[in-house]
Amino acid sequence: MSETASTIQFFTGFSLNDLPFLAEAAGNTLLISVISISIGSVFGCLFGWALYASKYARIFLGSILDVFRSVPLIIQLLLFFNFFPILGFPLEPFAAGCIVLIVYTSALVAQVARGGIEAVPEPMRRASRSLGMSYFQDMRYVVWPIGARAMLPAWTGVALGVLKDSALVSVLGYLELLRASQILITRTQEPFIILAIVGAFYFALSYPIGKLTAKLEQRWQYD
Amino acid sequence: MDYTFHWRPVIKALPDLFSAALITLEAAVLSMIVGIIIGLILAMMRLYGNRPMYFFATVWVELARNTPALLQLFFFGFGLGAFGWHLSPFMIVLCGLAFNNAGYLAENFRGGFQAIPKPQYNAARCLGMSASQTYTRIIIPQVFKLVYYPMTNQMVWAVLMSSLGMLVGFRELSGATQFLASNTFRLFEFFLVAAVFYYVLVKLILLVAHLISRKLFTY
Repeated sequence: MSETASTIQFFTGFSLNDLPFLAEAAGNTLLISVISISIGSVFGCLFGWALYASKYARIFLGSILDVFRSVPLIIQLLLFFNFFPILGFPLEPFAAGCIVLIVYTSALVAQVARGGIEAVPEPMRRASRSLGMSYFQDMRYVVWPIGARAMLPAWTGVALGVLKDSALVSVLGYLELLRASQILITRTQEPFIILAIVGAFYFALSYPIGKLTAKLEQRWQYD
Repeated sequence: MDYTFHWRPVIKALPDLFSAALITLEAAVLSMIVGIIIGLILAMMRLYGNRPMYFFATVWVELARNTPALLQLFFFGFGLGAFGWHLSPFMIVLCGLAFNNAGYLAENFRGGFQAIPKPQYNAARCLGMSASQTYTRIIIPQVFKLVYYPMTNQMVWAVLMSSLGMLVGFRELSGATQFLASNTFRLFEFFLVAAVFYYVLVKLILLVAHLISRKLFTY
């Protein structure tokens, strides 16, 4: 069958011109992950401290944070996204995704941070208090340096998990990497290569960080 | 706030949601079983295999751990379509979750195997056990105890990850919720109930896992 001039092409193949589109989407993925991981970690550390310090926080805050770890992220996103129009002011997908990811990250980091504080031996803290350090000095100069090292591997795991889970924000309509790939797949009908490129991007980001942390962890064991 | 909550459609749909929750559980359990078997094989390949086997297992594990679960599901759903393999939604979710579980569990198993002292293996062989007897009676029970807690975690993850099935058209708890919600436009109410379902499901799994561990690890 020869191709005539009147043939309508429904699909155009994947070409180099699509790479900037993918790059922009990758930037969006990075943006939302970096924002939610950094803010979520700060909140997570505070929550972890509260969980460690107070019995009431452990009961109330602990059980609230537990909910965020027991409900799928996709449900959380959809619930939150549909909740704000009820109050009368609809949110942008980016804002809704950010807020949910921040809360999700902080719920995960809280457990990690609590474990980090508990990893500091009790005699060390008693010694620092005996040397005349205040509670906050003890926290800042003794617990934080030791606890941060103890929690680094687990924290990296959480951070990489959030980076990967940020793909779910696509269901709200935020144009991140996976949604961009969906759009391209719809146009080009070449799912394999596009999914491979997108997978390679996530892999290239996640794999070196994971390996680096494992190296650091090994080195710190002998310090 | 001029929004009226309508719970009647949700209450009417509760039996549907309940059976959907069972499908979620079924997919998660099946993917765990497949994942444990493949994960064991991958761990063995990384520990004792020759170079190609080690390479294969490492690629599997790193791919499963370093890409989003949703991407893996899409890969099984749409990516394989490029080769003319069209899986049903259930199979997409099952394959995707099993792939993911196997990758994560293989690392846990590998750590477990490495934690068992080598002399135990030698002692068992000295006592006249065959290699397979040594593994099934001495090594694997101990590894199982070590990886039991990570495995419970993975089971919970499998339940949570199965919610991604709604994006590939699988009618499990989230998929059914979305379907019913778009029938009635009661999105918030339906997803709130789905969240409660997931919470209860996860807590039930943790409870059962705890009871089983008390039964198994009392020696």
